[in-house]
Order: sequence, then C-alpha cells, then structure tokens
Amino acid sequence: MTNRLVDVRNLSVEFRSSGNLLQAVKGVSFHIDDGEIVALVGESGSGKTVSALSILKLLPYPAAHHPTGEIHFGGQDLLKAPPAAMQEIRGEKISIIFQEPMTSLNPLHTILKQVGEVMKVHHGLDDNTVREAVLELLRKVGLVDPEKRLNAYPYQLSGGQRQRVMIAMALANKPDLLIADEPTTALDVTIQAQILELLKNLQRETGMSMLLITHDLGVVRKMADRVYVMNAGEIVEEGKTADIFDRPQHAYTRHLLSAEPRGAPPSTDANAPVVLETENLKVWFPIRKGLLRKTVDYVKAVDGLSLKLRAGETLGVVGESGSGKTTLGLALLRLVSSQGPIAYIGKRIDGLTSRAMRPLRKEMQVVFQDPYGSLSPRLSVGQIIEEGLQIQSPSMDFDERRARVGAALKEVGLDADGQDRYPHEFSGGQRQRIAIARAMVLEPKFVLLDEPTSALDMSVQAQIVDLLRDLQRRHGLAYLFISHDLKVVRALSNYTVVLKNGRVVEEGSTEEVFANPREPYTRALLAAALDMAVVDRTAVAT
Amino acid sequence: MDTRVEDGVVPTVRKARIPSAWRRLLSLSPINRRRWRNFKANKRGYWSLRIFLALFAVTLFAEFISNDRPIIAYYKGEVLFPVLVDYPESKFGGFLAVTDYKDKLILEEIKEHGWAIWPPIGYSYNSINFDYPRIKNPTGQCLGFPGPPSWATNAELCEAPQDQLDRYHALGNRNWLGTDDQGRDVLARLIYGFRISVLFGLLLTIFSSIIGVTAGAVQGYFGGRVDLIFQRFLEIWSSIPSLFVLIIISSVLIPGFWTLLIVLLLFHWVYLVGVVRAEFLRGRNFEYVTAARALGLSDTRIMFKHLLPNAVVATLTFLPFKLSGSITALTALDFLGLGLPPGSPSLGELLAQGKANLQAPWLGLAAFISIAGLLTLLIFIGEAVRDALDPRKTFQ
Repeated sequence: MTNRLVDVRNLSVEFRSSGNLLQAVKGVSFHIDDGEIVALVGESGSGKTVSALSILKLLPYPAAHHPTGEIHFGGQDLLKAPPAAMQEIRGEKISIIFQEPMTSLNPLHTILKQVGEVMKVHHGLDDNTVREAVLELLRKVGLVDPEKRLNAYPYQLSGGQRQRVMIAMALANKPDLLIADEPTTALDVTIQAQILELLKNLQRETGMSMLLITHDLGVVRKMADRVYVMNAGEIVEEGKTADIFDRPQHAYTRHLLSAEPRGAPPSTDANAPVVLETENLKVWFPIRKGLLRKTVDYVKAVDGLSLKLRAGETLGVVGESGSGKTTLGLALLRLVSSQGPIAYIGKRIDGLTSRAMRPLRKEMQVVFQDPYGSLSPRLSVGQIIEEGLQIQSPSMDFDERRARVGAALKEVGLDADGQDRYPHEFSGGQRQRIAIARAMVLEPKFVLLDEPTSALDMSVQAQIVDLLRDLQRRHGLAYLFISHDLKVVRALSNYTVVLKNGRVVEEGSTEEVFANPREPYTRALLAAALDMAVVDRTAVAT
Repeated sequence: MDTRVEDGVVPTVRKARIPSAWRRLLSLSPINRRRWRNFKANKRGYWSLRIFLALFAVTLFAEFISNDRPIIAYYKGEVLFPVLVDYPESKFGGFLAVTDYKDKLILEEIKEHGWAIWPPIGYSYNSINFDYPRIKNPTGQCLGFPGPPSWATNAELCEAPQDQLDRYHALGNRNWLGTDDQGRDVLARLIYGFRISVLFGLLLTIFSSIIGVTAGAVQGYFGGRVDLIFQRFLEIWSSIPSLFVLIIISSVLIPGFWTLLIVLLLFHWVYLVGVVRAEFLRGRNFEYVTAARALGLSDTRIMFKHLLPNAVVATLTFLPFKLSGSITALTALDFLGLGLPPGSPSLGELLAQGKANLQAPWLGLAAFISIAGLLTLLIFIGEAVRDALDPRKTFQ
C-alpha cells in the first residue's frame, strides 16, 4: 500500500462575520497519497478552496475557525501545529499556486528575487547559487529565454509566463505536495493546455503529490488520478477518475457531468436583412514618443476587418487574449474610435456624434464578461435595468418602467420581485441574467456578447447559453459573440471568425471551421479547447 | 476567494420587499446600514456626534438662550415677541429707534403694565453689562473690565446704587464666565461664537467639497490633456502661501463673513480634488461604466450616477477633518485680527483677548476649552466615520 501523505479527517470550517456564522465546510475527509494527483471538484462556493487552504492554515483567522477536524501530515496534526512549525512547512513541504497570476506576483520585485526568496528563506543559500538554481527552475517550467527574464518584472510577462513563474516558485524547494487552486482558470485555452501539460510532466518527473482544485471537469479528466466531488461544503462522491466519469453515482456528479454547453444554434435565413456590416475596420492606438508626443507607431488592435451580420444570426469571434476581439466589439458599438465604415441596418453610423448615437443605443446592446464588474454595486437591480429606459423612453412613468423591468427579469428566468434587491445578493449566474435583462429591456436588434460565460461555473454556462439561444429565437436577435471558449462558440454561433493580432486568419460557417480547420492557429485553438492538448507550439502564444 | 465564499451565503429565495418609490429613497442600502452600525459601535465617535449635534442645535437657537431682550413680553394687553421683532422704544414711552430692554425705565414700565419672560442668560454677544459695579483689588482700588465670574472671586464690590446691585445679582443677569475687556458676557460670546464658527466651517466645507469634487470628477473622468493641464495648475495654486495672500486681501477688502468665506474657499477647495480624481480615474474603466455608455447615458449622468457614489466614501471620510480644519482656519484669522469684523462673536478673538489679558484667565481658559472641545469632538467623529467606511473593518 502506498504511503498516505496528507490525511484530512472530518474537517469543518466556519466563518464568523458581524454576528453571522457561515459553515463553509462541513466535516469533509480526504487523503492524498504519495505521487498522486487528487482533484477537488465543485462549483463556486462549494468549499473546495477553503478546504485546501486549511491544509496550509491560510484562512483569515480568527474570523475563520475549525470546530472539528484533523489534518495529518508528516506525523503531526497541522491544525494544532504552532505558527513556527507551519512556516517550516509552507513553501518547503507544501506549496501552492493560485488562480490569478496577475496578482500573485509582487509587481515591484524581479523574477529572480521572487523565486530566489523562497530558497533563501528556507535554505539560506548565497546569491550565485540562488541565481543558478532559479535559472534551472525557470528552464524546467519552460520559460523561453530564462537568462533574459531573470531581471524582468511581472508586468513584462504574459499571463502564461507569469503562471510558469508561479509554478517555479512553488517548486523551488521540491515540495512533497503542490496545491494548485484553479491554476488555469484565468488563462487562455491554448495556454491552459500548455500549463496543464507542464504540471503533469513536472509531477511525473519529481514524483510529488498534487491537490488540484477546479470547477472544470475537462481539466480533472486530463489530470487527476482520483476525484473528490464537493457540493455545499460536503464531499458527495469520491473515486478513481475513470469511475467517476463513466459511472457517476451521486445525482450532483451527474448534474456536473451533464453541464457542458451543448446544442446547436438555430438555423438562419440567408435573405434576412443585414443588421450590422463593416468593411476594412481599423482600430489603431498611436504610440507617442518624445517631447512633442509625435506618433511613431501604432498598436494595431483591429487591422482591416470586414464582417456582415444578419438578423437572427450569431457571429462567433474567437481568438486568444490580445487578439483584438473585445476592441472589435467596442468599435462596432462606437465605444472606441475607429476608421472604416460601419453600417447599422443600411445606415452609416461611423461618423455620428455621441448625441446622434443615443437613439441607436436602444437597439445595439452589450453583455459583458464579468457579472461582478458590470453591475454597479450601489444601485438596486431595478435601478440598473431601468436606467436605459429612463434615457431611451423618458416619457415612461414609474409604474410602467417597473412593469417593463419586471417583465425583463421574468424573461431571463428571474423573479420580478428581485428588482428591489442589490446585485451582491445574487450569485454569478443570476447576475449575468440581470446583465442580460438590462440589455433586453430595451428590445435591441443587435447584442454584443463579450465573453458572457467565461466568468461562470460550467453548469451555469450551459444555462446562460440556453437562455441566450432562447432569446435569440424569440426576438430574432443578431448576436456578435466574442469568446475564447470554443465549446460555447460551437453551441451558439452560425459563423465563426478566428482573430489573431487584429486580423482574420480564418472564417466560415461554424461546422466547417470546427470540422476542417485550415490554419495551424485554428487547429491549435481547437485542440486546446476541446481536448486540452498542445499542438503546434509555434502557432500560439506562450 | 472572497466572492466565492460570499456566493454560498446568498439566500436564493427571499421575501420581496414592499415596492415603493418612496421607500427606496428613504431606506438605507444594506451596505450603508452596516456602516451606520459600525459607526454606532464606536462609542466614542457616536457620543461625540451626539454631543456635537446637541451643542449645535442649542446654539442654533442662541437668540432664545442668550439675549438682552425678553422672549415674550405682555404689555398693556398686547403680547409682544421682542426676540423676533424690533419694537421702537416709543411703544414703551421712550425715544430710541430700537428698544433697550435693559434700560431701567423700560424695565419698570413693562413690570408695571405686564410681564416679560427672559432667556436664561440675559446678554447677547454684543450687550455690555452696564450694571457691573466693579470689584476692589486688595489695595481697595476699583477695577474695570474684564470682570471675573462672580462665583470665582471673593473680592469686594465697589459701591453702587441698590437697584443696580439688585439687577447685578439677579439670576438671569449673572456673568457665568465673566466679562471680556469691553464688559460683554463671555458665555454669550461663546454661544454665538460657537454657532458662527460651526456655520462658517460647514459652509466652507460644503462649498469647497462641491468645487473640489466637481473639479476632481472632471479631471478624472476625462483624463488625458484636461487632467495634465489641470494638475499642473493645481500644483502651482496649492503652493501659493495662502496666509500671506489672505493678509494682503484683507487689507484691500473689508473682511466680513462672506468675503472671508470666499477668500478661504479660494485655497480650501484643492484638498479634495486629488482623492476624487483618483476614484474617477479608477472608476471610469469599470465595466458597468462602459455598459452605461452603451445604454446611451450622457457623460454628466454617468459621472453622477455611477462614478460619484464611488468617490463619496473617500470624500465623506475627509469631511469631519475638513470641518475642523475650516474652523481652525477661521479661528486663526480671528486671532490675528484678520478675520471677522470687530465686535463679531468669535472664538479666535476671545483667544486673542485672553492673550492680551493674562491677569484675566477666565478669558483664555473659556476660549481654549471651547475650541479644544469642539475640535476634539470633530476629530473623534471623523475617526469613527473613517473606521465605519473602511471596508476592511468588517472582518473584526
């Protein structure tokens, strides 16, 4: 029998905040053996991150505390270990990588200093040895040109490179256990595939154990040996990865497994009126240099792009971050300045002033990615939704607006009474429905969907996709759907445009693009999104 | 991680609140309710606020508490309100344009034909106690003003007619904190001085906040060249030595309440600009601001409805401190004799008198204690407000 590395028994976590007691984790038990990859799967708020952070005692004590539980590691109970002993373990025996590579590195320190610090703290090495060791590590995590990057600051690295540095830091002292908390959620699909491959290889090489926390079952299937499924603070099912995926026992696991966005977009009418059309659209941001701020060059966010969108049809725009997808959307709505004709139902809108645009805004709406950032926290849901009505139909009185807002909420599957509550009282999926209601209440003809599902849990994504498709069928909406998640694109778009560096590299009907991708870039995107595999490293960013 | 933990807290079903446009206007949002709770939990700040508001409310009605004319008088079958109405003295058989109710003849006339209800303190800020009989010093000389509070000295009084002494000893005519060097009641001057200081401070704070927030909002929202030029202007403007400019201006303009307010406003509005500008710079890239632009909202509306609330917290935190700063500024100018016109009740002027009359410690002490007390209350309130608005405070 293999050796148990970590044994968590009957662990509970409670949070106390201003008199309220919140039970985040309710008596969970799990264990991790030597050299094993274990996954904790669950939706937001299921307590998976809290459980994992308890192992390192990284919760906000004393607001958090453990009514019951033992965590055995290396012959001691970590929950009872004194702070000094915990410091020995953190970063040395057990290390952790977080979701957000943007904020987990200190922006004021160079890569060498951040990675080297861990070694210095625990082993007291001298500068030259540290430098060599850091170089070795960076090479191991696949950072290109590690010598040049040593003195780089985090802002000079891309998201994927930062996550590699994070991994290097976590591995610096050859830990026995690596806790990976949603290590790829914030990354592009192509980079996700690369990072997962890297983690798997490193685990195989070093023989360490890994605790993987994720909501993405695709990641679990690719990575984990064993799986614990968490729901509402409890472990509802555990087993070997293959068993869980083939024969899920618990209803919740089955619900998770069936939650992938599926279905196909409604068929379209090739003679439907063209809602939005643009030709050779350019969004160039000038780079100014020198005392007189002379323009020396441009950042070409969108560079000569043409598209045509008919009523009732969805155009999917895919690409990695930085490919100009969002800028394209904002330019079409005239929220950033651009060059090139944009026509809305046959009428040129690219020269209109913001006052002249105002009546058109009613018909061109937008839904953003982050349902937490796109709703003002200080307004009630009703106030948020009615705002557009107040501008676009100023003659409407209070009761009439209320009725319209209620109807819009019902249409997106929420309770009409919800309009007197505040956004923070809703979950992420519900908030995204509110954001959709804000767009729908104006009865638009064209809706820009800017990654509307990528901040949401997998099962919620499927619901939002169904809702969007339903709304489109009912109102004959034209969607411009921006996403890096090709699964969702396949479920929603009739046509797909693949963007790279502001230019179209491939376009065609969605079926065609997915079945016979012509460009290596498209192939790499597809492999990464659908199989989490890495193909053709040269075609995509690192 | 926070948001995800919060996600679990969200109760999926909750009874709807009673919909009403009024209720929405009146009720505090949950976050503000929590802030108010936090504020009340800070006992020191909460009590400071209560004491300050009580003092402010009382001094707002200073005319009814401390005045040299009756609140209500009944004279020859007529009910009169001398506090509110200037009756000519001819009504009582005299000859002055405005009645001097402290005059012996008028007092007797009213007593004979009716009655009068006096405020608890029988002096206004500018009324001189003519009944003061003067006190003797140890060598037997009769001293003039400033006169000590009667309870604080056992020196003998100089000789005076009996009816004058009777009036001097009447309860409503006592100088509880003595008189200043012109024979005016110190307590009355404190009450009026407190009111004028707080009102001046409030007006200065409100006006400078309005200007500062507007300027900061415009700068932060539009950014770019507007921001750049304005920022340079602010740097120059705020490095002008304001005290010297004030001295120069006060030698040209006749100092009054409003001229002083405007002159101080010139230099006080800059302090909030930086804070508000930073909040707007941060806020203008929020997704809900872009969403609002996509809804067709105008710039002004976005600034007011979506961005200003973000800046309010930062502004509110500064307000009590700004209020105490404004009061200090006025007091300092009065102390230097550059402030309110001579004769106005002012804490700074009283302080200057205390400095000039070290033999009369009740002047300096009264001024010092009231100024220190007022500023302390405001600072305590400010601390409590700052802590209540601090989002990180919620964990404790």
